[in-house]
Amino acid sequence: MWYFVLRRLLYAVPILLGVSLVVFLLMQMVPGDIIDIMIPPEAPKEVADMIRIQFGLDQPVHIQYLRWLKAILSGDLGISIFTNQPVADELFSALLNTLKIAIPAAILGFTMGVMLGSLAAFYGGSWLDKLFSGIAIAGVSLPHYWVGMVLVAIFAVSFNVLPGQGMGPDGFPWTWEHIKHLILPVITLSLIPMGVISRLVRANVLEIRSMEFVSALQAKGLKGPRVLLHIMKNAAPSALALMGLQFGYLLGGSILVETVFNWPGSGSLLNLAIFRRDIPVLSATILVLATIFVIINILVDVLQALIDPRIRR
Amino acid sequence: MSAQDTIVVPATDAVRRAQAGKSYWARVRERLLADRITLAVTVLLAVIVLMAIAAPLFATHDPMASSVLARLKSPGYNGHWLGTDEVGRDLYSRILYGGRLSLLCGVAPVTLALLIGGSLGLIAGYSGGIVNSLIMRSMDVLYAFPSILLAIAICGMLGSGLGNTILALTVTFIPPIVRISETVTTQVRSAEFVEAARASGARPVSIIRFHILNNVLGPILVYATSLISISIILAAGLSFLGLGVTPPDAEWGLMLNNLRQAIWVNPLVAALPGAMIFITSMCFNLMSDGLRTAMDVRI
Repeated sequence: MWYFVLRRLLYAVPILLGVSLVVFLLMQMVPGDIIDIMIPPEAPKEVADMIRIQFGLDQPVHIQYLRWLKAILSGDLGISIFTNQPVADELFSALLNTLKIAIPAAILGFTMGVMLGSLAAFYGGSWLDKLFSGIAIAGVSLPHYWVGMVLVAIFAVSFNVLPGQGMGPDGFPWTWEHIKHLILPVITLSLIPMGVISRLVRANVLEIRSMEFVSALQAKGLKGPRVLLHIMKNAAPSALALMGLQFGYLLGGSILVETVFNWPGSGSLLNLAIFRRDIPVLSATILVLATIFVIINILVDVLQALIDPRIRR
Repeated sequence: MSAQDTIVVPATDAVRRAQAGKSYWARVRERLLADRITLAVTVLLAVIVLMAIAAPLFATHDPMASSVLARLKSPGYNGHWLGTDEVGRDLYSRILYGGRLSLLCGVAPVTLALLIGGSLGLIAGYSGGIVNSLIMRSMDVLYAFPSILLAIAICGMLGSGLGNTILALTVTFIPPIVRISETVTTQVRSAEFVEAARASGARPVSIIRFHILNNVLGPILVYATSLISISIILAAGLSFLGLGVTPPDAEWGLMLNNLRQAIWVNPLVAALPGAMIFITSMCFNLMSDGLRTAMDVRI
């Protein structure tokens, strides 16, 4: 088992290097000269040259990459061109805000998905199955940013019962005021994971139910709920893998929902950085989100291996 | 459903013909024609696509003509079937014209990714060894980005525009297609009929062309149809963020973005472009499900 964990961790190193390379290449492909964003166009050429040397932009590309990588590995994510503040501080408070909606959304989406999917499979072919499968396919087809808008229109505009914008008052205590602001974004964000998980669980449970070991269990006289337990245990690894992926998508994809609800998370930070052409913030956010995604995937793989010994190999 | 039917149902005409050695694709067509939901969805999609392509024929107004007096009117106002947008342009005509770009952004990246990713997967699966490692490991790197993030990263860095949107989505969709195509190719490569072909002197090109491609095409096509649905949602999402198509072009995501503030004034009108995104992507998803059942594909 430990060997598996170690191997999985080691494999993440080249992946993360590749990720950093992709982000760096994208930075290089930014149209225009980054200096033009940093200083006013009427500034003398000497100032531009000075800044160029200060940031090492006069060096060859591979030296620039190594320097950038070294800075990042030592925890220095750079300084925002726009606010002149270290990117790391801004990014981590934004990430925390994103987690505030991503974690409840994941819990809600995953539970609903597993419930809908297994119920649909259990009553396979009935009207209940058709209803739940319909909900699931709508969940994966809905543009969630639009759902957010519609929810705002209904609950914030028409009935005026829930706030449609922002995070509410500052501070961490979970008062009703905070929770009120959470409800709509969390529901919006949970739709896609709900649909995706439910479709996978349904397909898996249906397939496992028709396997021979299930008939054997039933022939031995095992009752319904106990059989279900065996089925679920077999369906769990692939569902877990998908949940890991979906949680990563929640973090990376919350930008759309955060924009709709003006939620001050990492997505909003990304959005702001794009429109300010604030390349250090932009690249650092992408890099950190991708790294988190890689870590989540490692955790999921280890979890899968814990459940299913065949994966450990 | 079909697999069980053939077992339970006594040999009807269709079953007898199937057993008489009908080709795989003929049987797929038979099953598709029997699937009412997939047929209905396909017809609906055909209508949407045709109306978008022939937008000038169906449009009632100039999609660019604005009117200060008729802003955000409800459906039915003064000959505007679906109302007007925030600068008084006819929403029905704009949705028709918007369908052109939205559908293009849905289909073009998937087609490109299908060609590039499919070939990369074939090459990786067929050659194996170091070529395989090289291709698959670089795909692993792209896999390390959540898909929406990768598309946003590319569009955010390179700037907005139709070309960059298509490029970003293409890059996003290549890795999963490569993975499917590589898996199937690797499985088929060591199958006996391929061994036989090789032993009888067939060149790699014709083995890939006749034996492997036929097996890879089914799973990839099914997967690609469901990707189109994701592609439409993501492309509209990029435009919604202001990263995709640039104004004043009509595109469903961009229209939704422009109408965002109007949600406080006329929610019904503001929600319409989103409903089109939903309906179209739902159609592609249902079609993908139908194809999957008909082709008996498991991904």
